[in-house]
This record gives sequence, C-alpha cells and structure tokens, in this order.
Amino acid sequence: MAYTVVGKSVRRVDAVAKVTGRAKYTDDFSERNMLVGKILHSPYAHAIVKSIDVSKAKALPGVEAVLTYKDLPDIRFATAIPGIIEAMATDEVGVAELKYSTAGHPYALEETHRDKEDRNILTQKARFVGDNIAAVVATDDLIASKALKLIEVEYEVLEPLTSTDAALKEGAPLIHDDCEGNIISSKGYEMGNIEEALKESDHVIEGEYETSIVQHCHLENQVSHAYVDSDRRIVIMTSTQIPHIVRRIVAQSLGISWGRVRVIKPYIGGGFGNKQDVCIEPLNAAMSLAVGGRPVRLELSREEAMIDTRTRHAFKFKIKTGINNDGKINGIYISAVSNTGAYASHGHSIASSGGGKFRYLYPTKALKYEPLTVYTNLPVAGAMRGYGTPQIFFAFESHIEDIAKKLNLDPIEIRKKNVVKEGHVDPLSKNTIRSCSIRECIDKGRELIKWDAKKALYKEQTGDIRRGVGMACFSYASGTYPVALELAGARIVMNQDGSVQLQLGATEIGQGSDTVFAQMVSEVLGIPMYMVHVISTQDTDITPFDTGSYASRQTYVSGMAVEKAALEVKKKVLTVASSMTDIPAHLLDLKEQSVVFKDSGEKVIELEVVAMQSYYDRVNAQPITSDVSNNARINAIPFGVTFAEVEVDMKTGKIKILEIYNVHDSGKIINPLLAEGQVHGGVSMAIGYALSEQLLFDEKTGKPLNNNLLDYKLPTIMDTPDIGAAFVEKEDPTGPFGVKSLGEPPIVSPAPAIRNAVLDATDVAFNRIPMNPQRVFEKFKEQGLI
Amino acid sequence: MFKRIAFTVNGKAYNFEVDVRESLLDVLRSHLGFTGAKQGCGVGECGACSVLIDGVPTDTCIYLAVWADGKDIRTIEGVAEKNGELSDVQKAFVDEGAVQCGFCTPGLILTTTALKESGKDYTREELKRELSGHLCRCTGYQNILKAAEKSLEGHVCTCVDSPHYKGE
Repeated sequence: MAYTVVGKSVRRVDAVAKVTGRAKYTDDFSERNMLVGKILHSPYAHAIVKSIDVSKAKALPGVEAVLTYKDLPDIRFATAIPGIIEAMATDEVGVAELKYSTAGHPYALEETHRDKEDRNILTQKARFVGDNIAAVVATDDLIASKALKLIEVEYEVLEPLTSTDAALKEGAPLIHDDCEGNIISSKGYEMGNIEEALKESDHVIEGEYETSIVQHCHLENQVSHAYVDSDRRIVIMTSTQIPHIVRRIVAQSLGISWGRVRVIKPYIGGGFGNKQDVCIEPLNAAMSLAVGGRPVRLELSREEAMIDTRTRHAFKFKIKTGINNDGKINGIYISAVSNTGAYASHGHSIASSGGGKFRYLYPTKALKYEPLTVYTNLPVAGAMRGYGTPQIFFAFESHIEDIAKKLNLDPIEIRKKNVVKEGHVDPLSKNTIRSCSIRECIDKGRELIKWDAKKALYKEQTGDIRRGVGMACFSYASGTYPVALELAGARIVMNQDGSVQLQLGATEIGQGSDTVFAQMVSEVLGIPMYMVHVISTQDTDITPFDTGSYASRQTYVSGMAVEKAALEVKKKVLTVASSMTDIPAHLLDLKEQSVVFKDSGEKVIELEVVAMQSYYDRVNAQPITSDVSNNARINAIPFGVTFAEVEVDMKTGKIKILEIYNVHDSGKIINPLLAEGQVHGGVSMAIGYALSEQLLFDEKTGKPLNNNLLDYKLPTIMDTPDIGAAFVEKEDPTGPFGVKSLGEPPIVSPAPAIRNAVLDATDVAFNRIPMNPQRVFEKFKEQGLI
Repeated sequence: MFKRIAFTVNGKAYNFEVDVRESLLDVLRSHLGFTGAKQGCGVGECGACSVLIDGVPTDTCIYLAVWADGKDIRTIEGVAEKNGELSDVQKAFVDEGAVQCGFCTPGLILTTTALKESGKDYTREELKRELSGHLCRCTGYQNILKAAEKSLEGHVCTCVDSPHYKGE
C-alpha cells in the first residue's frame, strides 16, 4: 500500500529533547535534600543471617532508618503517616509468607500460570553475592555508605552452588527450601515421535553447545524515587519498561492494595529487558514508608547493577538431529539446562520461550525439547533482548552448520531445504505463518556479502591470518500470544486546531516506539507529524493500561491499539464533517489536514473547522477523543539471517569481523532509519555476546570478578565493525500497516554466524561463547594449531 | 570542608562554595541543575558525564569540583544557539539517527563538538579512537560515527594516501 508517513525515515519525536539535554530521566527529577537509600549486600553466595545488629548504624547522625528482613513487609514504623498502617494491616500475612515474583509479566488470573513467587524485599538467607540483607536511609550518600559498614551481621556460610552441575548434584543443598533438586521446572514439549524419526533417518548427528552469562549494560543504571503523597499513596518514579506491572508488584511485595501505588516513568536510558523486571522499586517504597513517607532516592552503582539486577541465562544444550542424505531433517531432540541464578525472576519462561520461538524456523516431523531451569548461587537471570532465543539459536545454527560440514552439504541449501513455508500452522501455539520471506532474506544476504566468491577464495587456507564466511538464520515472534495476555491501550484527544495528543501505555525506551506510533496516527488522520504530540511519560494514574515494552510487542501489539484509536477519531471527524456538509461519511477521507472526497481527493472542509465545531457547536459539541484497548489474540512470526565474514589471527586468537549483514523479514518497516538503528544495536550486542562479553565469577565462592565496565568487555566503537542492515519488506496481513516485530530479532543470529565463519576460516568448531582471544588461543593450542 | 570556587558554565559566571569531596558532576547536576550530564558508572568508564573543560572533553564523575576553579565549562545545555537553533553537530545526530535512548548522547555531542572546533583532520580510525571513551549500548555506534563524520565534513580523511595520513 502507498503511505504518506508510514515507511518514511521521519525524525524521532524525542530527538531534539535528547540532543539538547532537555530530555529528563528519573534522576534528573531529584530534589535537593532528598533522602538517600543504600543496600547492604551479602558478601557470601549462600549463607544464613544468624544475627544482625543495626544499633550502631541507627545511632549514626544523619541516618533516618535502617531496615532488615525483620522489618518487612509490615513496616511497623510507618505509623508516622496516619492511614498507612491500617492499609498495610488489611493483608494479614507473615514476613516469610509474603513472597513475590519480580518478573514483568502480565498478571495471570489462573494461579498455575503465575511466575514463581520466591522473593522477599530483604532476606535472611543470602542466595548470591549481592543479595539484599539490609538497607539504610540517610541524609546523604556518604552517611548512608558509612552506616552500611556499621551494620553487624553474623552469617552461617553454606556451600555455594556456582554451577548448574553443582546445583543438580544429588544431595546438593537446597537454595530455596520448597524447591526439590533446585529445579524450577522441566516443562518442555514433544511433537511427533522423536525416537521413530531418528530411527528412520539416514544419519543421527549429535552436538553440545554452551552460552555464558552476560549483562544488559544499559547506560542508565536502575534508579527510582519514592514518597507517600497527601492521599497516602506510594508514588514511585522509576526507570522501567513496565510501569503498570511495577505498580502491581510493589503492592504485592508490601501486601497492600494495588490502587495505593502510583508509578511514573519518564525517559529511560535503555533497558534491553533488564527493566522488564521489578528490582529496586519495592525496597525503595519500603524505604520511604520507613521514614514517614518522605522522598527517598535509590540508585544502584554500576557495580551493584551488574550483579543485583538481572543477567542473561547461561545455557547448556545437547542436540540430536535425524537427517536424510538429501538434507531433509526428520527430527530434532534438544535438551537444555538453563542457569537462572538465585531467584526465579522470569525463570523457566526463558527456556520455554526460546524453545517456542525456535519451533517456527524448521518444522519437522518430530521435535522434542527437554529444558531444565535450575537455581544456582549466582546473580539472578531474567529477561534480556531475545529472551532465550540467542541461546537456542546459537546452539542449533552451530549444530546445523556442523551437520552440513559432516555430510558435505551446502550450509545454505540445507537451511533452505528445511525452513518453514507460508501457511504453516505451529501445532502447539496454533500460530500461523502468514508471511515468510526467509528464503529471500538468505538470497539477499548471500549477495550482500558476496558469499559464493568468498567461499571459493577462502578454501584451504594455511597461513597465520585466515578468513572465512558464515551465516545463521532465526525465527522470532511479535509479542507473547498465546502464552500471555497481549493487552495494549491508546488514547487520542483532538485539539481545536486538528492536532492531537497521543497517550500510550507502551513505553519509549530508546527503541523509537513513540515515533512510529506518531507516524501511524499521522497516517490515519492525514495530519503532519508535528501535529501529533506523543505524551512520552507514563503515569499509571493517567496512562491507558498496557503491559509495557518487552517481547518486541510495541509496534505490532500496541500499534494495533494506536491504529484502532486513530481510526475511531477518524470516524468521529468524518461523522462531524458529514453533519456539517450533508455528504455521507463513507464518501469521505482525511488528507493534508482536510476532509476530502475519498475517490477524487477533492477538498471538502478543513480539519480545523471540523475540530472547532466539535468543541463549540451550541447543540452538538463533543470534543473528539478515543480511548481504546486492544487485546491481540494473534501473532506474526518475523524471520531473518546474519551473514558474517571474519579474519582470525591464528597466533593470538583474535577474531576480527570484516563484514556483517543482518537481513530481516519484519513485514512493513514503519521507519527505515529507526529500524536500521535497532538492527545496528542488536548486532553490536550480539558481537559482544559472540566475542568478548562474559560475567565472570569465582567458582569456589561465587564472587563476581568483573562487574564493572572496564573489566566486562562491552564493545566500544573501536571494536565494532560496519554493520549492514537490510530488509525484505512483505506486509503481514495481521499487523498494523503490515508490521512484524523487530526490536529483539537482530540479536538472535549474529553469534552463530560469526562462529560458523570462524569454523569456515580455521576448521575449528567453537561450541562455547564468547570466543574471546584467550579461549580461541587455548583451543588452537589444544588442537595442535599453535 | 568547603572551598569557594569560581568558574563559568556555558558563559555564565558562578562563584560559590563546594564540599571538597564533591565531583564536578554532582555540582553540575545537583546544585546547578545541568542534568544533561549523566552518571553511567561513576568511575570514568562510560563517558556519559562528559563536559568540555576549557574545550577538553572530560569525565566529570572523576573530576573534583574544586579542580574546576577558574575553568570554562561547557555542558550540553550550552551547545545550541541561544535562540534554540541546534548546532551542526546536534543536527547531524538528529538527522543520522544517532540517538536512541539518549543517555550517552550529550557526552558524544560534546566530544564531537570539541573535535569539530579543533579544526583538525582525522582519519576514520582516529575519529573512532577519539569517540571510544563513550559507551553506547543502543546504536552499535553506526549512526553515531556517521553523525560525527557529517559534523566534521571536510575534515575526515577516508583515503590512506591523504597528506594527513602520511603525516605530511
């Protein structure tokens, strides 16, 4: 379809605010003399607090409150604010019973569908180095830090389980008393008969693959402010992707009714899934309650944020694939062990989601997935861009490359032979592939990198510097349907001049959603971008309900709500215009700030005149607004591919990326410039995942070794090659304007593509990432190459 | 302990007492309201807190406020024209799509501004090195580099046999 604004690289709606320093983030709202909260973290990975003495800390001048697990959640000292204590007392729950889940999922009415509730705000049992034992509120940072040192804690140190192997060992101590074997869940799936499928195959090929713990490293650390307002409600301003969910979880964590919490989300400095979790807000609320509702600021340092928020789950995979001589896959068996760390957070959802999104790419007669999500005494793993898919696709796209090599099949042809076709219905989710351009993506990538020429050129290399090319494919989803609720809200108010305010529950977190939503409204209402004012701040008191920004759901799911809201406004405008002109509304359309004839485009009346009528008509005045919710009970599956060319220094183990291209089938692209930006960022994060990033821990103690931006090797501009982004645009019939998701997909396939390129260059298969120089060097040595 | 310091920020003179333990970032953000400088790490790793001190990009989180005595400081709030018109560097960042979450943006714009104002020529690799003190997790640096190149138009040598590259 031909669009006016959709499909154009219009300027970001928040660009000017962000280049002038006027865009305000949570901490920019700090008031002078705000109290400061700080957390006492456990120095042990697994320990029980035998005794805790806070008297010296409390006596320090400038200390306003000290909290331990004994004080929460009933916060006896909150009596300073009349009403708070009564509110708290409505839920008669004991301290130990009031456990909650921090995962940023929509609430489920069915109890069985809820996340595992295993967390207290402060704990008596430390489950990782960094766990929250106590907290102080003081008049400034220095006093708060000093007070932490005055808290005397006696720990009984337990055996730390720093790997899934240790946690799964028979007789291993339990990290959570109610969790047998330290296994949160082993729920997987089976389609067809895997035993038979493997038996019928000409070959059964096995492989083992492993990924590491990495961290989001958004530039803005977790930060929030909390106070109690004159209506005795807790108000929290926070850097979050999910304001409405924060509201619920803070209330749950304190045992108060949900309406007593108000959450405000201003601009945020990146999230990547880490802010799809409720890490600091419950404690921040408790801190404010502890000081009579006065405002308290809680900001994590980088060192704290890297271990005491969330990480990406490390996985170990074992794969068995049954394949025929012609390259047709009959059956796939995958077992996975996912390390979720000390608390469940998103827990088994990560393993389930990875296995679910993987299913769309290569439909086979039989597929069996056996994932195990395991507690360990390491920092808590949660949502991170890709949500389980970078792990499983690293494993399988490495594996299929190994198969191709072993059977002497062309790596591209083997994939093309097995990838899904349009019309396929996934037997488990029942989601239908209504648009699929994976083959076209592969062809485009092949051409961009000059695959055939380079493949021929790089055969049989022997020197110290070797080059190779590799590729990998992926499938993803647009939102979470049918697993979770996909509700989105949008509200539009038309002003007297025909311009509009657009209010959303979906949050702008840097990805550019505010801009693409504005483009959608601009397109439907025939008004220029500058007449669409997006209210970027979410406030749960005012903002329409939407579960938030995650799962690459905004443009697709929240976009549906935006389109619906805009269409409703359009209908109302045309109805008013019709009443003013006696021209039937169905003959009219909106274009260039006017009501026009649909067929000829001839102008009928200016939009502004209609808007004025709607405000001031003596009889029929009714300003034009819409306020809609959309429950998306559908999904669209995006696909894509990475092609990479690498140069490997055989003497030092250093891998350099010479060229890298991501080609995406994400349906219609609403804003090419912003879409490319998503691809660049995702690929860059994936390059770190493949080559340099890993959070390291002392195996014996579980102590973090590199939780800072110097020792944790986040790619700098010097480490990042030119990244090529391309799209095969085929409109999906279900998405607004034909879109499918794009936010997370770019991170899924680069790591295996790079690994496969290294295999092509060196003949060495790296089945564990990151492939940092040390590991590469050691492996080359082990293989006798150096 | 407090010490009186005098400096200018974006051309305006200030003269007041600061706690000797405070960083320049604290003073700029908390006392003077220049919140465009961001704290990303607090230890000089990420560059989000950069401002120009006498024209030199500096991490203010590890720069004591007392050291700023007598200095001329420029923050992101002082980059655009007084009438609100964006500088060429700011325009380049907007046009090239170099902005996503925006948290690293002020620091990068200031460093790019300093490079532009230096009048020097840079190769692409040199430009990358100059910008490498700024971490960004959203953009993969692609459009940031494009924006910086556009800002320095005429001063980026792309060919290896340019006089600059040969050190002539």
